[in-house]
Amino acid sequence: MTTDSRDLILARVRRALVDVPAEEGPADVPVPRDYLTTHSPADPVRTLAENLADYRAVVHHADPAGLPALIADRLAERGTRTLVVPPGLPPEWLSAVVGAPGDPGIAVRVDSATDSPSDLDAADSVLTGCALAVAETGTIVLDGGPDQGRRRITLVPDHHVCVIRAPEQVVDSLPQALPRLDPARPGTWISGPSATSDIELNRVEGVHGPRTLEVILVHI
Amino acid sequence: MRVALFVTCVNDTLYPRTGRAVVALLERLGVTVEFPLGQSCCGQAQFNTGYRREAEPLVARFGRVFEGFDYVVTPSGSCTAMVRENYPRVGSRARAEGRGEALARVADSVVPRTLELTEFLVDVLGVTDVGAYYPHRVTYHPTCHGLRMLGLGERPYRLLRAVRGLELVELPGAEECCGFGGTFAVKNAAVSAAMGADKARAVVETGASAVCTVDNSCQMHIGGTLSRMGAAVRPVHIAEILASTEEEIW
Amino acid sequence: MNGGVYVGMPAFPEAAEAAVRDEVLRGNLRHATGTIRARRAAAVAELSDWAALRAAGAAIKERTLRHLDHYLLQVEERVTAAGGVVHWAADAAEANRIVTDLVRETGEREVVKVKSMATQEIGLNEALAEAGITAYETDLAELIVQLGDDRPSHILVPAIHRNRGEIREIFADRMATWGRPAPDGLTDEPAELAEAARLHLREKFLRARVAVSGANFVVAETGTLAVVESEGNGRMCLTLPETLISVVGIEKIVPTWRDLEVFLQLLPRSSTAERMNPYTSLWTGTTEGDGPRAFHLVLLDNGRSDTLADTVGRQALRCIRCSACLNVCPVYERTGGHAYGSVYPGPIGAILTPQLQGMEDELAASLPYASSLCGACYEVCPVAIDIPDVLVHLRERAANGGAVSRRGTPVRIRPARGHAAERAAMRAAAWAFDRPGALRAAQRLGAATRRLHPRRLPGPGRAWTASRDLPTFPEQSFRDWWTRNRDDRQP
Repeated sequence: MTTDSRDLILARVRRALVDVPAEEGPADVPVPRDYLTTHSPADPVRTLAENLADYRAVVHHADPAGLPALIADRLAERGTRTLVVPPGLPPEWLSAVVGAPGDPGIAVRVDSATDSPSDLDAADSVLTGCALAVAETGTIVLDGGPDQGRRRITLVPDHHVCVIRAPEQVVDSLPQALPRLDPARPGTWISGPSATSDIELNRVEGVHGPRTLEVILVHI
Repeated sequence: MRVALFVTCVNDTLYPRTGRAVVALLERLGVTVEFPLGQSCCGQAQFNTGYRREAEPLVARFGRVFEGFDYVVTPSGSCTAMVRENYPRVGSRARAEGRGEALARVADSVVPRTLELTEFLVDVLGVTDVGAYYPHRVTYHPTCHGLRMLGLGERPYRLLRAVRGLELVELPGAEECCGFGGTFAVKNAAVSAAMGADKARAVVETGASAVCTVDNSCQMHIGGTLSRMGAAVRPVHIAEILASTEEEIW
Repeated sequence: MNGGVYVGMPAFPEAAEAAVRDEVLRGNLRHATGTIRARRAAAVAELSDWAALRAAGAAIKERTLRHLDHYLLQVEERVTAAGGVVHWAADAAEANRIVTDLVRETGEREVVKVKSMATQEIGLNEALAEAGITAYETDLAELIVQLGDDRPSHILVPAIHRNRGEIREIFADRMATWGRPAPDGLTDEPAELAEAARLHLREKFLRARVAVSGANFVVAETGTLAVVESEGNGRMCLTLPETLISVVGIEKIVPTWRDLEVFLQLLPRSSTAERMNPYTSLWTGTTEGDGPRAFHLVLLDNGRSDTLADTVGRQALRCIRCSACLNVCPVYERTGGHAYGSVYPGPIGAILTPQLQGMEDELAASLPYASSLCGACYEVCPVAIDIPDVLVHLRERAANGGAVSRRGTPVRIRPARGHAAERAAMRAAAWAFDRPGALRAAQRLGAATRRLHPRRLPGPGRAWTASRDLPTFPEQSFRDWWTRNRDDRQP
């Protein structure tokens, strides 16, 4: 039974560590943290855009007023018929998609916990915001916030459009990113579209996750 | 400044020319070299094959023989690395096993004074142009211990570039091991031979007439492979190139 | 399978000898490792503080290991508080039993799997199969291995020994027996192969109700698990099913959330040479309305506490499974991973396998010698594991036996088989070297008989002269030359 194994493993570990002085606590083992908290990109938003593009994300820029039209344009270009959105997506983002003159006829499905994976699989695109983005690594971080929704909605559809508010959501580096994130929330870090290095150790884009990742940087 | 030559057992027994070249070179640079006859072997083969206890008397001997010298100069990257990297381990493990401080003291004493030849030339004597002449096309293989354990870096290249008449050609894949590895060469002979063949091919493709290293044990493997392939490339220790002059090519 | 060693495999030298003759394998490995080496070097060179990150990574793991009991209890407490269930498995059999029972309780007969070294190590797929449960590997390379009825040969890219043409053949021939067949007219274009895997696995993801994963990191202070991946198969497994079972070695812990800032810089650049891998999933217990409703964490010992007991070998437990040491290893490049006969191949495998499972087995005892000690592995290791030092330390154990921990109990092991003659030779050499007179006599004997030396040696020497000529024995040793020419100047 595993209760016994718990005691057994802990006893083994303690016996294995007889060389560690009894008075030593975890904090007594020094951890040098003289690495950089940022590699100081001159223009973090631009670095973010470059790094995202380097890993084959498609990067767009917009001002707040132009965002709805750009979103509509991206979906039209893609030929999206069904769009999934999280429940807390800012409604204005969809203002050019739904009910606009010349409505392209996109069905907008607001995700709900009762939707099955197959329902999501039937959707063409997903539109979300993000929690923050990391310039140095070209990473978008989702944490299940209202404008991001359940983890699966940014996974199953083949086309993900993600909006980043710049510069407020853009940090330089991982050491700047982690303190801003809540560990209790489910995290998904996205750096470019789905890829693999499994064939001859070279990167190929496009496996199980969205094969097209479009990022819109809204400059506020 | 009292300088001792630790020639190493491999050079002593199989490559005495290299030892003589070191003596000629250092004397040309105004250094008086001593050769304590009590020296033998650093214990590398024992240690690296898993016979640390068998290496201990050799560590102790090294400490006795080279006591009192300011520098111990060694024409071998791997033997220098044995002293500098592994003598402290021999010492600390003997201490941990409750067998006293003597070996740890040897390590403390000899580690800072034991230098590979190119370190001694560049760091202590402060020379890169040693006045050598060697009219050949040469490629340099940076042996693993010299490269990664000692961090010889640019030293050998700077010394070679300053040799008149010498054309230094880059060796593709230079940083990759030649496959010698001491007893590895016989325990895993097939892999060792495959690595050696790749290294030898890379050497031949440079068009060099000589392949230079800081270590004759690697050279024994590379040279033996080249010779078996029938290649005309000559293995040569860096000391022999640096000792060469217009009057005498080694 | 026995603690990570495949049963019935020959010792490394024999397996390696066969592997180096396989020209296709050599070509595949040379191509793949050559590609990744250059890319890794470039990715690392981008960070001016790499050395500091590496030192921090090593120190964080050192802190974890020296206080592992403390951190294990913290993990248990935080994961439980977040809605997870923690199980403890002392060995492979117990871990397999726990996972099998958990799957049975769901009533399901199939599971989807995220690539995990820990479940490879314990032979989970085979154990599940015996219980009538089918495990579907969903990582592309694992899929190639599973469909090809093959063994993994690399930690990160288990099918590295296969080139694109071979992968195309496997997909075309085998996908239909496991599910959706490969598309007609499949070519060997990597993008098409990836597409075939996407289609084949999608139906499995959509219907899966139970997933099994490992984890790259477990954060003690928060109870958070992290899985680092590229393809999205990990995200599928971690978020779509109702039950998630994660089997994690006890050494995977990092103390704090902040520590991730170090490892998420070190790992991607070291393994796939990327600034960041495409997807990283972080989860803490269960989340209402998002992802699995049941989460089980199985903490696996299986030889790790024994490894921890060895103060030199302990550092192997810092390993974050990046594979940089495999990719840079000249021995691995020429033999491939199968020659190591164990789940963990390459330099890290050569120090991990003999410690996790013991050296009584001939194969495990041969692994510490599967290295020329060139040090390239240590140089690239992002957590500064001094692999050559541990290799030498384990050679000492093979040669001499000694005190080790086995299943938590101190025991003395005997020298591995076949070391008696070597030990005698090493002692004789050390004896002679400690008596320069004897050394000089031997040198003179060598010089006197130099014209009689054969070009090819008999016995153990044949291993040298099969591929290499011997140096010509000189007429006189250096010390003889010195004595005759210079000794007057000795003080």
